[in-house]
Formats: sequence, structure tokens, C-alpha cells
Amino acid sequence: MTAASAKRAALGLYIGLFFLYLFGPLLVMGISAFNTSSYPTVIPFEGFTWNWFLALANDKDMIYGLQNSLIIGVCVVALAVPVGLAGAIMMQQITPRARGFYYLVVVSPVLTPGVIIGISTVIFWRDLTTTLGSRLLYNGDFLTVLGQSSFISAYCMLICIARLQRFDRALEEAGLDLGASRTQIFWHILLPFMRPALLSSAVLAFLSSFENYNTTTFAILADKTLTTVLAGRVRQGSTPAISALAVVIIAVTICGALLYEVLKRRDDARKARIARLASKAEAQDLAIA
Amino acid sequence: MRSSDGHIFVLLLPLLVIAGFALIALVDRRQGRVTGPGFFARNGVGIGLYLLLAVSFWALLVIVLPQLFMVEMAFRPKLPPAATGGPRDVYTLENFRYFLYGSTTSTAAWNVTHLTAFWKTIVASILVTAGNFLLCYPLAFYMAQMAKAARVRLLLLLLIAPYWVNEVLRAFAFRVILGTSGVLNKLLLGAGLIDAPVDFLGLDVGLYAGLSYAYLLLMIFPLYNAIESLDGRLIEAARDLGAPWWRIHKDIVIPFAKPGIASGCTLVFMLTSGALAAPLVLGGPRSLWFTPIVYDRFYQAFNWPQGSAYAFILLLTCVAFVLAVLRLGKLSLGEITR
Amino acid sequence: MTEAVELANLTVRFGDFTAVENANLRIQAGEFFSFLGPSGCGKTTILRTISGFIDPTEGAVRIGGQDMRGVGANQRPTALIFQSLALFPMMSVADNVGYGLRVRGVAKALRDRKVDELLNVVALGDQGGKQVDELSGGQRQRVAIARALAVEPQVLLLDEPLSALDLKLRQHMRNELRAIQRRVGITFIYITHDQGEALTMSDRIAVMNQGRIEQVGDGRTVYDAPDTGFVASFVGETNAIPGRITATADGEAALETPLGVLRGRNPQTLPVGTAAQLYVRPEMLLPDPTTPENRLSATVEDHAYEGNLTHLACRAAGLRLTVLLGARDRRAPPASGASIALGFAAGDARVLPVA
Repeated sequence: MTAASAKRAALGLYIGLFFLYLFGPLLVMGISAFNTSSYPTVIPFEGFTWNWFLALANDKDMIYGLQNSLIIGVCVVALAVPVGLAGAIMMQQITPRARGFYYLVVVSPVLTPGVIIGISTVIFWRDLTTTLGSRLLYNGDFLTVLGQSSFISAYCMLICIARLQRFDRALEEAGLDLGASRTQIFWHILLPFMRPALLSSAVLAFLSSFENYNTTTFAILADKTLTTVLAGRVRQGSTPAISALAVVIIAVTICGALLYEVLKRRDDARKARIARLASKAEAQDLAIA
Repeated sequence: MRSSDGHIFVLLLPLLVIAGFALIALVDRRQGRVTGPGFFARNGVGIGLYLLLAVSFWALLVIVLPQLFMVEMAFRPKLPPAATGGPRDVYTLENFRYFLYGSTTSTAAWNVTHLTAFWKTIVASILVTAGNFLLCYPLAFYMAQMAKAARVRLLLLLLIAPYWVNEVLRAFAFRVILGTSGVLNKLLLGAGLIDAPVDFLGLDVGLYAGLSYAYLLLMIFPLYNAIESLDGRLIEAARDLGAPWWRIHKDIVIPFAKPGIASGCTLVFMLTSGALAAPLVLGGPRSLWFTPIVYDRFYQAFNWPQGSAYAFILLLTCVAFVLAVLRLGKLSLGEITR
Repeated sequence: MTEAVELANLTVRFGDFTAVENANLRIQAGEFFSFLGPSGCGKTTILRTISGFIDPTEGAVRIGGQDMRGVGANQRPTALIFQSLALFPMMSVADNVGYGLRVRGVAKALRDRKVDELLNVVALGDQGGKQVDELSGGQRQRVAIARALAVEPQVLLLDEPLSALDLKLRQHMRNELRAIQRRVGITFIYITHDQGEALTMSDRIAVMNQGRIEQVGDGRTVYDAPDTGFVASFVGETNAIPGRITATADGEAALETPLGVLRGRNPQTLPVGTAAQLYVRPEMLLPDPTTPENRLSATVEDHAYEGNLTHLACRAAGLRLTVLLGARDRRAPPASGASIALGFAAGDARVLPVA
């Protein structure tokens, strides 16, 4: 064996082991969902069954938690995406002397442990609602949306800042020059330009919200989401129904990933076609001149 | 100062900071250092209001004030509701005293349980962070500099996929494998390597494996992004000059990827030390992680001021870690949060 | 003729830097007017001040006789064609062209008709449905022109719009721009650092340097009768010979130079004793002169044959001189190192203050 092929083999082994570490646990858990054994395991595989999925579908707490997680996810998207966009635009416009401080403040939630965000949200709103004399806003769903939005908005802002940096200010001036008002420019030019960033922000915001545990477990108070119900179940004991839930989530994720890949390929093909057309037009132009 | 006045101070503090910056901006404009249209002229009234309201709601009500309230509460005594605002409601260090000595008054003995848990959490988080770096660096380098574009896209997709399975389930997967009647024990027993099941969870193997697994992605992405922007010709040039492979990494790749490394390490440390799901699911009965202790202060002991103090200690630890990383790498905050 | 645009004592400062200093200018309606100068001379600042993106520090901009102070960029009767073109990538070609009408609330049907009409004007009749990214550089140029014309501006401002194009296409577009301007009949204000563009297209040119307008005139005047040394050397090639004025008479001046006493026009009537430069164009320096007025001898250092003309690099008394020989000059060009007799008419040279 030559040195080069030994190197290749070592590299292949390393990558193989890495992905085994990454997928092995999920695979084992996934298979255990179909095993009749009442403790989640794959050895011995006692028999194939769909029963754990049925158990999952009949678990009222889980279904309730799922609904609540979906509602919270949608609310977080509705809050965090516009806030993140505003945060990114503000980053460009704030007086340069305050920029560093502003950035520190709005990025800090990304670097703060989730439990602390959850705790502080609960403390603040408990005190505030007590002072105001109305407990209406001291509500698990509301606090969870706020707590999660604190760092999810920062993710959205970072995505928007990256896109905004590629915005040509001349487009804004061109709109103004053609007679558009500032508001029209925002809706007609800036927002369409930001669309890809806003879409990825929305997807990221929803997924981050849906899978969040650390912040949620504090902020949700007495209410439940899918992850908090799940955590409770896992602490009570292991049942293959939990594996079944993992299988469902993995299946949805894989579908999402495939869909993303298909859309991406289609978009790449479209861009390639446009580039081809442009170079053809360029060649024709030169022939005329 | 009475703690009731404390709230007013905490509410006013951010407003004073904003007012200060507004004043500076005003002076700059007056003296002609800043020109061009003002904020509302530039955005229009409607959009301008949206920007201001959205950002101030977020920065004040969602980020800053909750944190300040939590810190403020950490310095207050636990009192029954009736005594709130009364003569005993003054600022105190008793919650921190409890963390150190296990008592709000006596300083005779150390609070061994909590201090050990805290110390173990910090050390374990640093080890997990370092381990993750060693595990991810080669793959990040391979993807960023060696692999073809199509392969990289596939690998990225494969890397992201497991992370939309939430933390609790990821931890659970390790329990399925490492539990006393888990897959690994069954395999080892079947192979005759051991006679009785090994308690991997009790030995904290499960905890460390689960923690390292949980945040692998957050290490590999910053590393990949940083190394990807390195011009491959630099590496070739170094190789041409006869540099051995480890020197290429030590002298060229790692210094270049410093912001990415710092970013990955900061995120992994923060998430690991603040992890709640993995310790709850995978922690053995003897392994006390710090975050569940904080959780218990709130929902078992119902001592919110003490819980706040503990959370504040965790926050300070993370801030210290971020500052240490920035100082060590001579980096700015903007460089590690991209 | 009425004034389309007037600059009155216009000064623009950014902090300590003066971008435009005391510019006074009247641009007539229907005129093709160019600002010519090197980058950083203030021409773009003037354009952006006219279009309303920059407020004057002092002085005023008037359009159609009206002071534009306090009138926003989106309310001025001007349209700007950006150097980068700034076409909206998120809109189709037709939507780009119709954007100005859309924000004015023009009904869809009317707007579509107008857009079709304009796309025909710029010869893009069938391209309305395309995305901007599908077009060639030249086509994008035309979309930008159509988009600006759609709002029926009194004044069209063009900020070096041809600089991104291929050389051949650039020359083609010059003619086309000029033709479009004749067809629509509105005022064009054109910014360029390319003297060829300015000379071929413009009715009048303002030559700018370091924030000041050095000279305003038609192309021939600016080229043949530069007012300043900067204009003489920036517009076209020239030979500058330093010296001191020893006599003046009949609008001419005699200059004591290292090459002997030379005579030229004295447009600024500089007095005797002034240190000045004599500027003479390479094509006005004739070999084997028959005119007795200004004669000098030089050594040929190099020559470059360019087909339609031959470039001679000469040296005389330490000064570099450039001579252009026309293609009709059938004589073999002098060899390098050869001595050559040169001469020029006093009317073809100008004596101007040291720049």
C-alpha cells in the first residue's frame, strides 16, 4: 500500500466514524421504535410493530404539546423575522458611536445560555405584570414566544445583515429618483431584495422555536410544548413511543431536506439558464456594434 | 437602597443610556460631523416608526430589562409576599453566600455539592469544547479545502439533518444505546467481553458523549466557513516550500481560521455549560450538572432570588469565557458572531 | 432659449473637504451638456446635487427657473442614469421601465402602453417580459435610459453610463445616445472622464478640476482655445513649454523659453514678466516648417506608427515634445537620434499661466 492510498484510507475511516457517531444513535433509536420490546432496544429484535406509533398518536399530552409548539413556532416567526429585519436595518443606520454597543446588546442573546434567557423572561414579566396589576400577559405561551424571540431575532438579524451588506444603495436612490416615496422604496425594492434572507430566517426561526428546550422549560410556566412533554416522559422512563416520535421527526426532516435540495437544483438551473441567455445577448450586441 | 427603588433604577438605566447616545448623535449633527438625511427623512415616518418600535421592544423588553431584573433579583432576599417592600427588603449577598457556604448566614463550611457541580460543569464544558474541536477540525478542513463542491453539499446536508431532531430526543438516543439494558451492553455481553452490564450513565460516559454530540454542528459550521475562505493556493505554496503538514495547519490554517475557531468554541462552551436536556436525561444519580441545580432552585426550592443568583453566576462564567477567548485570540465580538 | 438648469454660486463641502467650489453655470433647454474631468474633480457631486441627493452647502440649484431648495430627489423633474445603472433585479424589464409611472399612480393599461412605446424607442420592443439578468450590458443600458425617460423628465442626468461597456459597444452607444437625445429633445447632462465621449456627443462641455469649473464651451473651443493649462493638457494631448513673457502685442505674447523666443496667442492678456507656459498641440508642430514665426530643432527619440498617424517622441533642450505626422505625409519618418526642424504658427499656440 502506498502512502497516498494509506492516507486516503485513513481519511475515509475518519469520515466514516464521524458520520457513524452522527447517525448511529439516531439509527438505533429509529429501529427501536419498530421493536415490540417494551424497552427501546434493537437487540434482541423481538418482532416488528407499528404499535408505538399508535401509542404516540393516542398520547393526548403529546398531541396538545405539538399543537402548542406549532402555535408558538408560528408566533415566533411572526415576531422574530420583522424584529430581526428591523435590527439589521438599524445596525446600518445607528450613529457610528453607538454601533458597537448596540451590536453587543442585540447579539448577546446568542451567547447567553438558554436557561438564563428563560429565567430572566419569567422574572421580568412576573414583576411587570404584578406592578401593572394585570396577570393577563403572565402566560406561558406569551413568555415562551418572547423568550425564544430574544435569541431567534438575533439569528434572523445576522442573516439579514449578511444580505443587506450586498444591497446596492444606488437601487434605493434610483427608486427615489424615479419619484418613489421612502415607504414605497421599502416595500417595492428593499423587501423584495431581502426576500431570500427573510425566507431562510423564517424557516430557521420556526425550527429553532420548535426544537427549543432550555428557554421553553422555564418560560412555558405551567403550560406544555412538545419538547417539555417529551422531557417529562423521558425522565419518567424509556418507552419506544419516544423513539417513534423521533422517527416521525426524522422522516419530516428528511422530506424537508429533499425538498430543499430539489428547489435548490431548480433554482441553480434557472440561474444557469439566465446566465446563458445574458452571454448570448452579449455576443449579439458585439456583433451589431 | 430599598429594593423597590431598585426597580425604578433598573427601568431608568437603559433609557439613560439611550438618551446619552441620542445626545451624542445630536451634537455630532449640529457640529456637521454627520450629514445626510435624518432618521425619519431617510426611512419615511411609517417605516421609521416600525424600525424604532421593533428594535426598542426587542432590545429593551425582551433582552435588556429581563436580564437586569434577573441580576437585580439575585441581590434580594427571599421573603414572603407580605414582607416585600418592608424593612427586611434590602439588598443582600446572602444568595451568593448560600452558593459558597450552603447557608445564608454562616460561613463555616463550604457548599460542597453546589461548588463541585459548578466546578465539574466548567471543566467538563471546557473538555467537551476541546474534544469537539479536535473531532471537527479535520472534517471541516476536508470539506473546506479538499472535497469537491457536490460532495461538500451532500456532507453539509448530512450534517444539518440530525440537528432538527431536538435536544431531548438526541439525548434519549444515547440512553437507548448506553443504558444498563441498552444496545452497547447487550452487544458486549453477547460478545462475552463483560459479565455484567456496565453502568455507562452512572459513569457519566453517556453525559459527556451526549453533550459532545449535541453541539457538534455548532463547532463544525464556524470552522468550515472560516477555513473555506482561505485561499487554497497559500497551502499549496507552503507545501511547495517543503512545510510539513502539521506546520501548514499550525502556521497558516489555524491562524487564519481563528475567528471561526473562537466562534465555534464560544458557542459550544456556552451551550454545554448551559445544557439542561442532556444532564436531565443522561446524568447518573451522582452526576450533578449545574443547570439542573439552577432549575431546582426555581421549581423545587421555590427560591427565585437564589435561582437568579445561580443563573447570574452561570452568566458571568459565560461572559468570562467569551472575554477570555477574545483576549487569547486578539479578536473582536463582531468577528466571532458571523 | 430658456434655462433648464442653473447653478448659482454652488458650493458643496463634506466636512473639511470642498467637493465643488462656487460653480456658476446655465444649461439651456434641449442642450446636450457634459461635465468633463478626472475622477474626484467634483463632477459627480454636481450631478447628485442637481438630482437632489446632496444639499448645497452654499448657493442654489435652479431647474426650469425654480429654486430646488427643500425639493426632495423624488420630487424633482430630473431623472438620473446611474453609473452602475441600478436596474431593479427583482423586477422584469417592463416593470423596471414602468416603475416611475407605477409610483405616480398611472393606471396599468396606460402604463403598459407607455412602456411598450419606450421599449420601442430604445429598440427593446420584444424584451419587456425578460428578467434584467438575462440582458446584455448594452441592453441594460437601454433599459436604464427607457426607465429614466418614462417619467418624462425635463432633464436627464447621466453618470458615466458607458464606462462598463466594451470599447466597440461604447462607441456605438455614443451615437445612439446622441440620436435619442435629438429624438426626445430634452436636456441631457452627461458626466464623463473620457474626452472622446464629451467631444463627440456634447453641444457644450464644462471642464472641471479640483472642484472648480475651468472652462465652459463647445468641443471645438475647449480643444482649440483652452482657457487654462489644465484644460489644454486634460482635453487632448499637448506640449507645454515653460518660459517668461518678454513682450505682448496684438493679442499675442512672446515667451523667453529654453528653446528660444516663441510666440503664441495671449487670451488672458498676461503682462510682460509673467512666468507662463506655451501650449501647442502635437498635430500643430510641423516638421520642415515653411512658416518663419516659431522654429526650433529637436532630436527624435522614438517613433510609433499607428496606421492613420505616426507619433514622434522628440527632445529639445531637455523638454519632451510630441509630434503627430498625418498619414498623408508620405515621407519616411526620421530615424531615432536624427535631428529634426519643427515649427508652428503663433495662432496655433496659447500662452497661459502656469497650472
